[in-house]
Amino acid sequence: MKSRANGFFRKFGFVLVFAVFIAASWSTRFAAGMEIGRNFRVFFMEMIMILPLMFILIGLFDVWVPREKIIRHLGAAAGHWGILWVVLLAMLQAGPLYGAFPVAALLWRKGCSVRNVFIYLGAFTTIKIPMLAFEVGFLGWKFSLLRGLFSFPVFIAIGFLLAFHLKNRQFEVKEPG
Amino acid sequence: MIGFSLATAALLAMSLVADRGKTLAGLKKGAKMFLNILPAMLGVLILVSVFLYVVPANVMTAWLGEGTGWTGIVSAAVLGSISLIPGFIAFPLGAILVRSGVSYGVIAVFITTLMMVGFLTLPLEAKYFGWRVSLLRNALSFAGALLVGLLMGIFL
Repeated sequence: MKSRANGFFRKFGFVLVFAVFIAASWSTRFAAGMEIGRNFRVFFMEMIMILPLMFILIGLFDVWVPREKIIRHLGAAAGHWGILWVVLLAMLQAGPLYGAFPVAALLWRKGCSVRNVFIYLGAFTTIKIPMLAFEVGFLGWKFSLLRGLFSFPVFIAIGFLLAFHLKNRQFEVKEPG
Repeated sequence: MIGFSLATAALLAMSLVADRGKTLAGLKKGAKMFLNILPAMLGVLILVSVFLYVVPANVMTAWLGEGTGWTGIVSAAVLGSISLIPGFIAFPLGAILVRSGVSYGVIAVFITTLMMVGFLTLPLEAKYFGWRVSLLRNALSFAGALLVGLLMGIFL
């Protein structure tokens, strides 16, 4: 039990320090600390609204989708259809980029090819549908359309380049913890 | 966002009906993965919060607004790569920049680098892909984002 508590402090110690700093800033009306606290709240809300959902989906995906399916459709031998599937998967998602890393790790563990993992990340950063809808609202459909059209070949190329570069190297996607 | 929540709830319900044990095992796995990465994520969020204090959004807007030609493009690319601004702040910011007369090229470079390059999230990315590959991916994305932004500037 004691080692468990130690583990907790080692992992979350800096978060506690930060929380104490923010609390102290508020009680002493320290402007910089208060502002940093407000910023943190915005980012934290974004994370906490979307990531638990994302990890529920990741957990379900993990138990329901068999490895053979992923190897067959997204693996090294899956061909061009694999690209389409990972792009569609990425487009249906929402949230910040760091939410895509655990999905990428899961896909890789299930047998998704290196190329498709990075194409997934690229599509996630550029053409998620919820984000596009928002972008069209503020910057207009022409902006989003051009961005999507130009980004597509770019992130596909990045996927191919990284896969080519990593072909004969020992590369793996780790799951932290 | 609401659609995403509803879809998750629906899938979760379907999964529970189909196989309770399997669903619980999946939820447990998901929760474990979440808790494992949570400290690193909170660390990045703290970093980003401090960064946004040092360089607030209105200061960024002013920098982007002042820069013309290549200076504008370069500052947009650097700012976009370093900062981590959620879309719901970045797009309204972009709309303000459009109205205040900033060129589309500068805005496009800012938005594309913002989305494709994550300098502050590198420590997190490296936990999954290792430092070398993460740096490489971001460098390639930076070049790509710059290219996309510049092309958009020509057409808009």
